[in-house]
Amino acid sequence: MAFIQVNDLTKSFGNNTVVKGVSFAFDKGEFISLLGPSGCGKTTILRMIAGFERPTSGSITVDGQDITGLKPNRRQLGMVFQAYALFPNLNVGENIGFGLKIAGMPAEQRRARIEEMLKLIGLAGYEKRYPYELSGGQQQRVALARAIAPRPRMLLLDEPLSALDAKIRVSLREEIRAIQLDLGITTVFVTHDQEEALSISDRIVVMNAGNIEQLGAPHEIYNKPATRFVASFVGQLNNIEATVLEAATKTVSIDGQIATVPTLPTDAATGSAVTLTLRPEVLSTFPRDGNDITLTGTIADVTFLGSVIRLRVALGQNIVSLDTFNDQRTAPPARGEPVTISLASKDLLVL
Amino acid sequence: MTDTTSPRTPPRRIPWDYLAVAPFIIFAVMFLFLPTLSLVGGAFTDRQGNFTLDNIVGLFTDQILAAYWISIRISGASAIFGALIGLAITLAIIRGRLPAGLRSAVMTFSGVASNFAGVPLAFAFIATLGRLGLVTIILRTVFGFDMYRSGFNLLSFWGLTLTYLYFQIPLMMLTIAPAVDGLKKEWNEAAQMLGASQWQFWRYVGLPILWPSFLGTLSLLFANAFGAIATAWALTGSNLNIVTVLLYNQIRGDALQNPGLGAALALGMIVITSLANVIYLIVASRAERWMK
Amino acid sequence: MKTSRLWPWLVFALGAAYFIVPLIATFEFSLRMRRGEYSFDAYASVFADPRFHASFGYSVAIGLVTIVVGVLVVVPAVYFVRLRMPWLRPFMEFVTLLPLIIPALILVYGYIRLYNSSSIIPFTGSALGTDILLTGAYVTLALPYMYRAVDNGMRTIDIGTLTEAAQIMGANQVQIIGQIILPNILVAILSGAFLTFAIVIGEFTIASLLNRPAFGPYLVNIGTNRAYEPAALAIISFIITWGAMGMINVLGRFAPRTSARTD
Repeated sequence: MAFIQVNDLTKSFGNNTVVKGVSFAFDKGEFISLLGPSGCGKTTILRMIAGFERPTSGSITVDGQDITGLKPNRRQLGMVFQAYALFPNLNVGENIGFGLKIAGMPAEQRRARIEEMLKLIGLAGYEKRYPYELSGGQQQRVALARAIAPRPRMLLLDEPLSALDAKIRVSLREEIRAIQLDLGITTVFVTHDQEEALSISDRIVVMNAGNIEQLGAPHEIYNKPATRFVASFVGQLNNIEATVLEAATKTVSIDGQIATVPTLPTDAATGSAVTLTLRPEVLSTFPRDGNDITLTGTIADVTFLGSVIRLRVALGQNIVSLDTFNDQRTAPPARGEPVTISLASKDLLVL
Repeated sequence: MTDTTSPRTPPRRIPWDYLAVAPFIIFAVMFLFLPTLSLVGGAFTDRQGNFTLDNIVGLFTDQILAAYWISIRISGASAIFGALIGLAITLAIIRGRLPAGLRSAVMTFSGVASNFAGVPLAFAFIATLGRLGLVTIILRTVFGFDMYRSGFNLLSFWGLTLTYLYFQIPLMMLTIAPAVDGLKKEWNEAAQMLGASQWQFWRYVGLPILWPSFLGTLSLLFANAFGAIATAWALTGSNLNIVTVLLYNQIRGDALQNPGLGAALALGMIVITSLANVIYLIVASRAERWMK
Repeated sequence: MKTSRLWPWLVFALGAAYFIVPLIATFEFSLRMRRGEYSFDAYASVFADPRFHASFGYSVAIGLVTIVVGVLVVVPAVYFVRLRMPWLRPFMEFVTLLPLIIPALILVYGYIRLYNSSSIIPFTGSALGTDILLTGAYVTLALPYMYRAVDNGMRTIDIGTLTEAAQIMGANQVQIIGQIILPNILVAILSGAFLTFAIVIGEFTIASLLNRPAFGPYLVNIGTNRAYEPAALAIISFIITWGAMGMINVLGRFAPRTSARTD
């Protein structure tokens, strides 16, 4: 029996249906990300799990209990908000202890739990500070501690990192994951940042326009995207326009250069145009084992990113981007230089 | 640029900034500081210009103390009721999910009503709750209830308080609305997720956050009512023994037959309104520890 | 999650009743002048009274002068304090709060003691002098509102950056204030002006103690001598106040939105 189960969940605001019959189920202790562009319904699903929105139809079950009609304050869930939402009139200790106080925990035990939480988030000694005295990252850690202090059945994270600086975002997400694994708490994480979702989750629900596009582990989502939307939303994607030279032998022409691909769409006839898609990292500027397609082009643009150099290579009308590692002993390639790139045909995605 | 060697004194620059601020400061000195100081001085001098405490001592007569006391009670009651009712209406309009258009209409009306004080307000309440007022007549003829027989009088403590509420409530609403707007929706949601009921949210988070603004407005409302005279004067003439009416009579015709005593009366009023503000500042500084 | 909307509606309805009933009652009362039927006789009587025209005209004139003087005193001070003398800000905040704490009655008492006919500045010695004193008193009364309106206006447009931008392009101080700052805070100034007007037009205490023939003292005079005209005058005053506030609302739509967006 799954720990959290969402059955055929639908939510409409007037004529606008933002969640269209979504179902999923996850086990206890899993870290689940709801990933998608803004307006895809991911936040609405989270808010329905939290109880702030009432589903138009469908049900939500947590730990065997149907919570669909329950008031938010009876659900025993924890939630972290995008804008921290710490109570400004309470200090750090009082914020963390708020849920415990509401639950009627004696002051003695409460103090011990607050102490324990502060240690967990690395803010021991900050008990008497007020929220305005903390940085954004510290505030969000306190918000996390506040959410998990009452030992909720599940943790809901509503884009908790998007208000923070890039550096803190990375370190805090690692911290969140570590704490989550440590406590074994089932977590639903809403984000529009695919890198965040890939790095932190056990499983990802990719959403678009109120529907689930794909559900799976991060490597499945990335390596085997089920739809064009998933392929383009998760990770970078190169599109190459090619012409089918001979459908039977799967031979195509890319800017006059001939290559053989593993599969072609069933409706691709000889002479028709097809789009080949591939991830930037399958392209390389030097020969690699198993790379059976070689193409020549010119360098259209060079972006120096430090450890990595991002090249944009023109293959006729097509522009593909690929990353190479910076080699400190040679100068980066220059614009307009000819370049030979290779790839393995099995890495081409056919969507 | 041609000749940089010849010593020349730089052209004197016009000190615009000081010139621009000067009128403001002159105004403040002439129309705020000096008049106030003159009264403070007057309160401690006798007719011959010598220092004396007699004027202050002279305040402690039954009539003057009663006037202060009625003024304090009316101002206090109208401030407290005005603040509570004003807060309730503001919360209902901003947080009660009433139609959106209602809010701007109510706030515009508050702007009007908070300035609809003084003489016309007195006329309006005479026409409403006076002996021939519409409400009085309707209550008597339709419901058979005679307010005036039951002890109500517009020219009394409760009558004046009820009248003052007409500008006190909207003033509260206008000053507290930004603070109520500042209450984030997420705070309420966070509290709910932590198991709190609506009442617990307001008890531990919502009202404590509003508390400093509430107190500040309360002291403003108190001063507002304490210094008011036009409404009371137009309602009652010189009949009501409140301190502003007493002082007004003193200024007009030296009713206390002692200018020094008048100055002392004014000083007492300044002390009381200042005290209201000092109390506010002390309480607020304790309640505001969490503010930037 | 829908909680009951009953309570908000109930609070609103009770509040609305308290505020609307006196207006209806006053209007009804103002129509009762003719026996047995409703009429606008009370209004006709008011508008036919030459003292109404004289006192109202006097108060309007004083109000307009008050607005001009208030703008001239407040705008340059706020501008330069914001720009060059931020250390004066607490002082200005304090000064502009004083008229809310010290009652007008006390201020006018101070004026009468200080500026009487035997003093160094004998304002009350002549009619013109008293008019000047009255205007000064009204500017003082309006100071909190005028200051706040102008200060808000200047905060929204970020005068520091605007001034620097104008200086880089070669504008002098007069051009900066006249062509950059003033047009941008015009709406704020006008809002302050209408509020000032609403406060000044029916003011009673100061005008009556300085013995000026203003609208406020006229109102009280009518109130003690007539029965129905006061109600008509209350309605007229309410409409004037409503007009001034309505203008502020209308102007608000033309106010420049903050240019420095932080979101």
